[in-house]
Amino acid sequence: MDIIIIGMLLGGTYALMAMGLQLQYGVARIMNLANGEMLIAGAFGTFWFYTASSQASPLWSLIGIVPLAFAANWIIYMVLILPLVKRAKNQGQLEVDSILATFGLSFILVGLLLAIVGGEYLTYSYLARPILIFNEPYGLNRVVAFIASAILCIGLYFWLQKTRPGLALRAVSVNPSAASLVSINVAQASAMAFAIGGAVTAAGGTILSMFLTFDASLGVIFTLKALVIVVMGGVADIRGAIVASFILGLTETAVARLIDPGLTLASAYLLFMIVLLVRPEGLFGRRSS
Amino acid sequence: MQAQTSLKFAAATALATILGLGAAQAQDLKFGAVGPKTGPLASGAAVTHFPNFQLWVKQVNDRGGLKLKSGQRKIVLIENDDRSQPPEAIKIVERLASVDKVDFILPAYSTGINLATAPIYAKYNYPQIAQAMVTDQGAELVKRYPNLFVFQAPTSAFAQGAVDVLKKMKDAGQIGDKVAMVNIADAFGIELANAGRDRLAKAGFKVVYDRSYPLGTQDLSPVMKAAKAAGPDAFVAWSYPPDTFALMEQAKIEALNVKAYYSAVATGFQGFYGKYGQLAENVLGAGGIQDSPEIRNYYKVHKEVTGVDADYWGSPLYYALLQTIEQAIEGVGAMDLPAITAHMKKNTYKTIIGDVDIRNQILSKVWTVGQWQNGFYHAVAGEGFSNYKPIIPKTNW
Repeated sequence: MDIIIIGMLLGGTYALMAMGLQLQYGVARIMNLANGEMLIAGAFGTFWFYTASSQASPLWSLIGIVPLAFAANWIIYMVLILPLVKRAKNQGQLEVDSILATFGLSFILVGLLLAIVGGEYLTYSYLARPILIFNEPYGLNRVVAFIASAILCIGLYFWLQKTRPGLALRAVSVNPSAASLVSINVAQASAMAFAIGGAVTAAGGTILSMFLTFDASLGVIFTLKALVIVVMGGVADIRGAIVASFILGLTETAVARLIDPGLTLASAYLLFMIVLLVRPEGLFGRRSS
Repeated sequence: MQAQTSLKFAAATALATILGLGAAQAQDLKFGAVGPKTGPLASGAAVTHFPNFQLWVKQVNDRGGLKLKSGQRKIVLIENDDRSQPPEAIKIVERLASVDKVDFILPAYSTGINLATAPIYAKYNYPQIAQAMVTDQGAELVKRYPNLFVFQAPTSAFAQGAVDVLKKMKDAGQIGDKVAMVNIADAFGIELANAGRDRLAKAGFKVVYDRSYPLGTQDLSPVMKAAKAAGPDAFVAWSYPPDTFALMEQAKIEALNVKAYYSAVATGFQGFYGKYGQLAENVLGAGGIQDSPEIRNYYKVHKEVTGVDADYWGSPLYYALLQTIEQAIEGVGAMDLPAITAHMKKNTYKTIIGDVDIRNQILSKVWTVGQWQNGFYHAVAGEGFSNYKPIIPKTNW
């Protein structure tokens, strides 16, 4: 039983890391390798807020961080990514260009973070209390993170499925050139998806900072995990990333508990390979015809 | 393109160095420093490595500089970022020695990089007084590199120290004989776990849980749940900073109530006590410092000058090694590198950690285990000292 709950909690954590990248890659078609740095930036913002506000709930910092991250990512898209989109002759070229550009961006962000906050480890303690579920203790901050992640996933899913802007985003994700034929402003929609993705990632950083310890150079770890999840889930569907997060969380926990914690990474990548071999388009991906 | 970029980079760095040096007085001494300002090692170096250099250089210059026979000379510190990469560090040390021709090169940061750069220090005769270097090969290394000094305890001493503490507690009837042990799955963690495992068995302990976890593990709750299920009397983790923090949090959540709780790196960081406060009381970890007015003053001044809280493991040792260098240089009275090395092999020095003896190229006395007691991380075990602070069994979370 505790394997399932810990696995679900970890899955929620992973969903927070991967959701933003899913939006950026699935809709805006930008494989953002600076995703982890955005997450760290969110975590640092929260740390700063938590210390400056003499320990108010870190969740309040979302009010400032989400719009800021949205704006920052909008600007990044307009300045850095849009020229690439304009000059790209096809999807493949855009992907290669954006990977290179965001790879560079990740170094710039690490440098900025180092310059602003320094290289020290940042950590604080919030809601590090046990909460009993079926008479077993779990970290309250992890449960809160899980709930936040569930709200975020459901909210995003319904927003994409039920609203007009969501519909436009999905249309762009299916076929950018056809979308522009039905008077969808593709550049606008992509920028929107990229900015929302960035905001979601930063919000993830805020929530994760309640129980993870960060330093400026840790971003790449989160980027890698998110990458695995997004590719595993299938590029075009947000449900894919959610399901993949939970599969990964459950597998890693089961392996850690039943076999050996040393094998968690190996099991995650084994799973990743199996999915790539059996369903190269991802769990929820569409087969290209 | 690669070559062009790195050429540009090299040109820019060279230019920056020239400009930096141009500002200095011609008769100032040039001290080269190499260390990680970016990359995975940067967070450790930001606490232990660079701030001590800056503090010491400022203090020496405030006094008017190093006293040489030719008069007092101020120090200009040239800091270089090795990006946590040994090849980069090798290039930097080579450049400091052959191009910048600095008067002295301060030690590098981390075991791997100190080892990687040792041949370069040796080639140019710079004394290399390595603190951030934990290895069991010290005795062989100093034979190979006559200018190398190991200012740190060997790996096995840390395992020995932790086991000594547990044994003392067991003999006093404070804990039973069941130990849960976890380690991070990299060279450091595995080496310590292996050393710890043998020594625990010899000391009559039963290791009831013994597992490793990979670097960057985000969730240690399965590990802690299983460790608790094994019903240990003591918990030992050969851990790095992010997991040291995460394990502590999980231990509290799982209510792992052991009388002896040990986690390796970062337990002695002031941030650890800052984060957990009262909860950190009587937690054991690597390092430790003997309390003294000089040490208290060092922490105060370190914070005032650099804005960073010094840690309770490497930081005071780093400062002590800089004091050692200072006294050796002033003892010789000139920037004569072989003579400075020889001076260190013949003399002992007075520092904030007491008398320093590196005549055999290896620090003779060192603390290996610390324990948080009333907000100070006291040394409770070590090698070469005669008295340590008594160990206090931990109360429940």
